[in-house]
Amino acid sequence: MMRIISTFFYTIGQGFRNLTRNRWYTLASIATIAACLFLLGTFYSIIVNFSNIVKTAEEGVSVTVFFKEGTTEEQILAFQAEIQNRTEVSKVEYVSAEAAWESFKTDYLGEYADGFTENPLQDSANLQIYMTDVSLQPSLVTYLESHQTLVREVRRSEITASTLSGMNKLIALISVGIILILLCVSVFLISNTVTIGISVRKSEITIAKYIGATDYFVRAPFVIEGILIGIIGSIIPLIVIYFLYSKVVTYITTHYSILSNLLTFLPVQHIYESLVPISVLIGVGIGFFGSAFTVRRHLGV
Amino acid sequence: MEKARRKRRRIPSDEIITLENVTKSYTTGSPALDGVSLHIKKGEFVFIVGDSGSGKSTLIKLLLRELTATEGEITVMGYNLNHIRHRKIPKFRRNLGIVFQDFRLLPDRNVYENVAFAQHIIQKPGSEIRRNVPKILATVGLAGKYKNKITQLSGGEQQRVALARALVNKPSILLADEPTGNLDPNTSWEIMKLLEKINENGTTIVMVTHNREIVNAMQKRVITMKKGVIVDDAEKGVYIDDEDY
Repeated sequence: MMRIISTFFYTIGQGFRNLTRNRWYTLASIATIAACLFLLGTFYSIIVNFSNIVKTAEEGVSVTVFFKEGTTEEQILAFQAEIQNRTEVSKVEYVSAEAAWESFKTDYLGEYADGFTENPLQDSANLQIYMTDVSLQPSLVTYLESHQTLVREVRRSEITASTLSGMNKLIALISVGIILILLCVSVFLISNTVTIGISVRKSEITIAKYIGATDYFVRAPFVIEGILIGIIGSIIPLIVIYFLYSKVVTYITTHYSILSNLLTFLPVQHIYESLVPISVLIGVGIGFFGSAFTVRRHLGV
Repeated sequence: MEKARRKRRRIPSDEIITLENVTKSYTTGSPALDGVSLHIKKGEFVFIVGDSGSGKSTLIKLLLRELTATEGEITVMGYNLNHIRHRKIPKFRRNLGIVFQDFRLLPDRNVYENVAFAQHIIQKPGSEIRRNVPKILATVGLAGKYKNKITQLSGGEQQRVALARALVNKPSILLADEPTGNLDPNTSWEIMKLLEKINENGTTIVMVTHNREIVNAMQKRVITMKKGVIVDDAEKGVYIDDEDY
């Protein structure tokens, strides 16, 4: 038991000491992982924010249905129930003529509204339809327009709808592409740095094997070193992005204040709930597999 | 007749290294070892001499189980090296000490750490390491230099560190591959005196060398090899020139 504990601590100690023994190798490995995870973190933040903006915008999109003169409230409500059953519809709101006028008065007229004795928007009772998926808007519009006995007009935001669904696809494509490229680059760079590190220590591995080292004894310090490099390499970009993120958000919202209504940024804590485990896992994973795989290749002494 | 020849010879209990008709072939060229039989007893001091290409290095590598024999049987300390499992190799090697011509020390560690490295590998507890390492450093005459960096040492001192590292695990056999090859005559003699002392304490020593003076002065068993074959094996032998064969 004493032996196992003693060897365990020696192995961990050697892992830590390896970090300082080949400083340039260590720095290069940490820098490589940190650079990859910095890019990953940056794109992740952008993508998460973008899809949040798109989602918020999508939720705001609605199709508005106006009805023919003489349509009763009962008829409209029955139609509302019918629309509500469709899968692409998330919510249907009934706006009565009175409510439409009240809202118009407060939004645009203010005090000047006092001059009106009758509701000038008598025929403006309408249904506002919110969608679950913007790309299905055309088929809903066709359906609504087919009810010619009731429906006078269907208003929709054609440009916004198509732009948003297109943007959603584009963002998904770009993010997958970028992540794939980053993975290839990081695998290439890390396998290079690990190979250099191994060649530096090839004689040490050979001697250890001659003396009677078990595979575990040879492998463990390198693997621990790899994990430590992975942890450090993932923490650095997380710290940098944490401070950079709020700076960039402040910059955009102050310099492009027109956009600030449209763009709602997520708090950094929200992004970090998933970015921290993702980054640390990738960092540790690259460090672990990079060193374990490369050391395994050099054990045949 | 064939059956009788194949029948395994019983290894005497005082025999520590046994080679029976060992051949080692590489993919191209003539075999590096060609039907070599060799028996070394516990506590012997054996020189192996011969020109480059005679098969000395292959022999050492076979004894370390770095290579396996193409034909024949090798038994070292009761381990049959033809059939030893990969998992058992570390345990087997812990009974061997090895020193090389180029020392093969870890240049980024000091004298003490280089010797302690061998003890950590065989999983000695820290308290024992702290006791054993200074003792062995005193034996090789480096007690005062345990904190020195390897790069600050002379060639002779570096070989002493290598010897201490080989001996600290108390091996039964010490394999020395041209240990004086990089040293001047005086330093070489100091190393030889150390080896002789280690041998007197019971460790079997197999030493590959080119050094005629040392071989002739030591009066030990000399095995001469040429082109993968043992051409001479003499108790209290002398260095034999290649032309004589």
